[in-house]
Parts: sequence; C-alpha cells; structure tokens
Amino acid sequence: MTHSRRRLAAIGAVGISAALALSACSSGGTDGGGDGGGDLTEVTLQLQWLPQGQFAGYYAAVDQGFFEDEGLDVEIIPSGGDIVPQDALANGEVDYAIAWVPKVLGSIEAGANITNVAQIFQESGTLQVAWADSGIESVADFEGKRIGSWGFGNEWEIFASMAEQGLDASSVEIITQDFNMNAFLQGDIDAAQAMTYNEYAQLLETVDPETGELYQPEDFTVIDYNEAGGAMLQDAIWADAERLQSDEEYQATTVAFLKAVIRGWVFAAENPQDAADITIAEGSGWGPSHELWMVNETNKLIWPSPEGIGVIDEEAWNRTVELALATENETGAKIITEEPPSSAWTNEYIEQALEELEGEDLDLTGESFEEIEVELTEGGN
Amino acid sequence: MTAQDAAPALRRRRTRGWLPRVATGLGGILVLAAGWELYKLLGPDDGVVVAGTRILPRTTDLAMPHIWDMLARLGSGTTRSNRSEPLWFDVLEACITTFGIAAVGWLLGVAVGLGFALLMQRWRLAESALLPWIVLSQTVPLIAFAPLVRSWGARIEIGAFEWQDWMSVAVIASYLAFFPVAVGALRGLQSPDAIHTELFHSYAIGWWRTLLKLRLPASVPYLLPALRLAAANAVVGAVVAEVSTGLQGGIGRLLIQFAGQASGDPAKAWGPIFGAVALGLVAAGSVALLGALLKDYRREEVNG
Repeated sequence: MTHSRRRLAAIGAVGISAALALSACSSGGTDGGGDGGGDLTEVTLQLQWLPQGQFAGYYAAVDQGFFEDEGLDVEIIPSGGDIVPQDALANGEVDYAIAWVPKVLGSIEAGANITNVAQIFQESGTLQVAWADSGIESVADFEGKRIGSWGFGNEWEIFASMAEQGLDASSVEIITQDFNMNAFLQGDIDAAQAMTYNEYAQLLETVDPETGELYQPEDFTVIDYNEAGGAMLQDAIWADAERLQSDEEYQATTVAFLKAVIRGWVFAAENPQDAADITIAEGSGWGPSHELWMVNETNKLIWPSPEGIGVIDEEAWNRTVELALATENETGAKIITEEPPSSAWTNEYIEQALEELEGEDLDLTGESFEEIEVELTEGGN
Repeated sequence: MTAQDAAPALRRRRTRGWLPRVATGLGGILVLAAGWELYKLLGPDDGVVVAGTRILPRTTDLAMPHIWDMLARLGSGTTRSNRSEPLWFDVLEACITTFGIAAVGWLLGVAVGLGFALLMQRWRLAESALLPWIVLSQTVPLIAFAPLVRSWGARIEIGAFEWQDWMSVAVIASYLAFFPVAVGALRGLQSPDAIHTELFHSYAIGWWRTLLKLRLPASVPYLLPALRLAAANAVVGAVVAEVSTGLQGGIGRLLIQFAGQASGDPAKAWGPIFGAVALGLVAAGSVALLGALLKDYRREEVNG
C-alpha cells in the first residue's frame, strides 16, 4: 500500500514536471514574413502605442491597398502599456517595429540585434509646456522645478537639454505624468511633457474654468526640444538585423514594405482629412478634430525631407548617439555607454525604395507640402 | 447519505425576498452618489493635504465631475463624428467583449484550480510540492507577466490553429482566477471530518467514490466563495491584461483611451470606469446562479 502510493506520487511528480516542461517549450513556432495566404507575403508591424494619427501613414497604406500592390499582407499591431516594440521585434514576434531611436539604442546595447531602415520623423515632436505666467521661459529655468515626463525613456530629451544649459539632472524633480494633462492643469507639475500632435492639443481642447472658453496658445510657454538642443530622433522603422544579413526574401520584403509606407505618408500629406478618417476607422478613439490635428502635426514632423522621406541624416543620427552617450539621468545612468554597432542603421533599403519610386508622380521630399489649419473642439471630440 | 444528513444542524437561513435586497443595493448606490456630491460641494477645491500627502481628492470638475454630468456624458455620442454611437453603447459593447474573455479565463482557471486541488488532496506529496508554488505564482507582477504571455502566444501556430491576442488575455485572467479555486477547493475537499472519512474507509469505499459522495459535496460551501472570487479576479486580470498588451475592443482599452482624453472631457473617462464596475458585479453575480444550482449542498458558506 505504502509502496504503491509512493510510486503514484512519483508518477504524479513526473507528470507535473513534464507538463511544466511542455508548456515552457511549446513556443518554437514560425515567424511571419514567409509565404502567407495566396500570393501575398504576410508582414507584421508593431506600433508604439494605440492607433492614432501619429501612425496615419501606415494605416493609409493598408487602407489604400499600397501594401497589397507590393505583394504584402500587412497586419498592424497596436501596442499597450507594457509592449516594447523593439523587444517584440528582437524576439522575432513581428517583422518590423516603429520606435524612437534613443530608446532602441539602449535596447541594442542590451543585446537587441535590430536595424533602423527608415527615419520617418525628421524632427522631435516633444515639447515641455508651462503656464505663461510661471516664469519658466526656457530649459535654463527648470532648476528646482517639478518637471513632468511619461518616463520609460521619454525623460532623456529633458536631461539632454538641461545638460546643454549646464544643469544637472538631479536639480529638478521629475514627476511621472499620466495619460492626460490633469496633473499640469491642477498645478502638480510646473512644466509638463507634451507631444505636438497629442498632449499639446489636449491642453487647447480644455475649457479654462476662469473664462469658460478653451485655453489659447498664449496661455502657455512652449519649449521645443528641437530648439533647446536636446532633441533626439523619434519614429523610425526598425528591422531584424540578422534577417537583413542572411534572408534575401526579407531584404526584398523590406524594400517593398518601405515603398508602400512612403506612398502611405505621401497620401497622408496630401489628404490629411482622409488619413484622419482612416485612422478613426481603425479604432482610434479620438474625435475628428483631434485626429486631424494629429495627422497634420505628424506631417509637419516628417516633411519636408530634403533627402527623401525616411533617409537617415547621418549628422542627426550622430547627434542622437552623442546625446545618448553623454546624457546622465538623476541617478547618473546613461542611455548607452559605447558607440552602437554599424548594423544599427542603414540607408540601403530606403534609398532603393525611393529610387524605385522615382519616376512616379510622388512628392518624395515634401517640397510642396503645406500644413493645414485645424480647429480644435472641446474634449477633442 | 448526503452532505445534508451529515450536518443537519446547519440550515440555510436566507429567507429575505429579492425586493428588499434590490432596494438596499440601490440605496447603497444613492448614498454613495450623495456622498460624492456632498464632498464635492463642501470639500476644499484643493482637497485635503496632510504632511505633503493628499488624503482627500480635489473637488474640481476636472478631478470629480458631477454625477449628472457623468450620466449625461454616457448618453451623448462618444465623439462628434456623425458615425459615432452613444458612449454607453460603446462601453456596453466593450464590456461584453471583456466579459467573454474573462469568462474563458474563469473557466480555464476553475479547471486548472480544481485539477490542482484534486491532485493535492490525493497526494500529500503533491500538496507540499505544489502549494508553495501556487502561492508564489500570485506574487509575479502582472505587468512583467503579460508581455511574456503575449510573446509566447505569438509563436504558437499548430496546423490551422493560430494563437489570437485575446487568448493571451484569457490566459492571464485565468492565472489570477485559478488561485482562489485551488486553495478554496483544497480546503473544501479536506473539510470532511475524520469520522466521516473513516466511516467510508471502514466500508472499504475507494478514493473515487469517497470523492464523489463525500468530499465534493462537502467542498461546495468552500468552493462557491472561491468561484466568486475567481470571477472577480478574472475580470480584473482581463482588464489589466488588455491595458498591458494593448488588445483592441475591450473595456481595458477604453479605460486608457478615454483616460487620455480626461483633460478636455473629464466626464468621459468615467464611462468605462462605470462599465468596469458593472462588469465585475455581473461576473460575481453570475456565479450566484451556480450557487442556486448547487443549493442542496450549500448550507453555510465558508469564507476563505
């Protein structure tokens, strides 16, 4: 009796460990990027955040069939709070990812083998916004103030700009911002981080309790990091460096993918209203006026692109790397401690894509791009 | 021989009708709403701050919109777009999606939890081997765990079956749901008095029949609260996992989406919060139906 009970126990224990081991290894599946349904190549693109005007060009490329024309079946995967696009790419979960350069530089140093194949945003869209009467006119006035940031690497532009002014990162109190601007509006933050295409508009969509009208741009002091000197490169398209090296099919897919993306962003530049509508249809929860503002402001970060959209400006890249090497946060940590490998970026694919689109009637540099006027409404609805 | 014969002294004592209970519930909501408005009226604009820590919230419209503003907001369109549905409709739709995912997570969690409980009841060794791990499993932070599950899931592809993102969310929900079931069911299965198990033993009744006739009926009073807790956990797990993995369509997604719009439209952000609360109540309430089916075995419920 005791004997058989013991044997049963042993069998049970083996069973449990086997189950655990099985569940741990059940993940060895395949990557996308191979042959998918029909003749189309299946491709997945990981975004940094929820669907919104910031990604209008990609959604437009799907909606307008630009990817399909290139033989691709593209699935765009929005991110949530805890999905890090460059990690998803490095783990082989997706084929391409959109991410900011300084954040990825940190991941590359930590072992992610990925490559910037197109620098979509030419400029940084980050602002720091203070009340007009706060006495904060520039980064030099940050000392001793409560400075808002979303964290997760969004604070580096603040520290880089402060270093330009000879300010130490520990001389400010960094306060983690929420998804909205309430902490700033309620006075918990002296200068809040805001993207031109989103949070800044949120402020202008809020009713000033004193006047009963929406806040106006003159109510705020806006510090633009492009002018403050700490701006780093933002939205770029990243690809798997190893597959770019060895997988010819992936190389061809990359060029085809970039061609469709270029068409998508050219479409968004020329048809901001349509691009906004497409993004809303894709599940962006913003109202029409805010979405149009987002598309318009995003367009302004992309165009003009003198070398052609997506081409990485070596000078701007080096500047970002330099800032990433030099900037210290309040604990003295840096984004990276050594130069990134040469595989961190290449213009090979974007240049080929631009070349193949050359003869077509497309404004690849945004020469004729004109921003539009967007009227914001209360609550962004 | 039934469980009722085993303990005839314990009788159900719930005799009140449904009407007074509903009235009490509604009264509670009214008291809460009145308290909200009263504090908003009388409390200082900047809340109450003690030693640099705010212990009572601000009373501005930004921080605490009026109840009627929040209700009115539910009735108007989610956005100004002419294709937009009323906010309550979008919230309801999202709630149904999340409820479905949480239900799958709950079922999975209950199955796994019961499995563990049976295993641990059957073999003492399994109990001492597994129980610490089961307790430990609940200390893993969900935000670390959620991206991993999605990452594993993304690589699963068996024949025509392809892992869907909502399945990752259901798995995470089940991860929270299985714990109370495993612990509660184990206590329930172990709850029969020695005198009863020894009686079964002296009749030479095997483990299976002892389980069916004695242990399972005896575990019901322990199981029902555990199932209810599991339902609430499954909803919380599903909502958090939706936020974490960015799954579209559920209430978690609406929560962060509208939280991002709370500066210009403070009342809107409360829509999905109400939805999430209602969802939790409905989920826990659904388990009550199960309780009605098992009423012969309920006797007195045991918490824990």
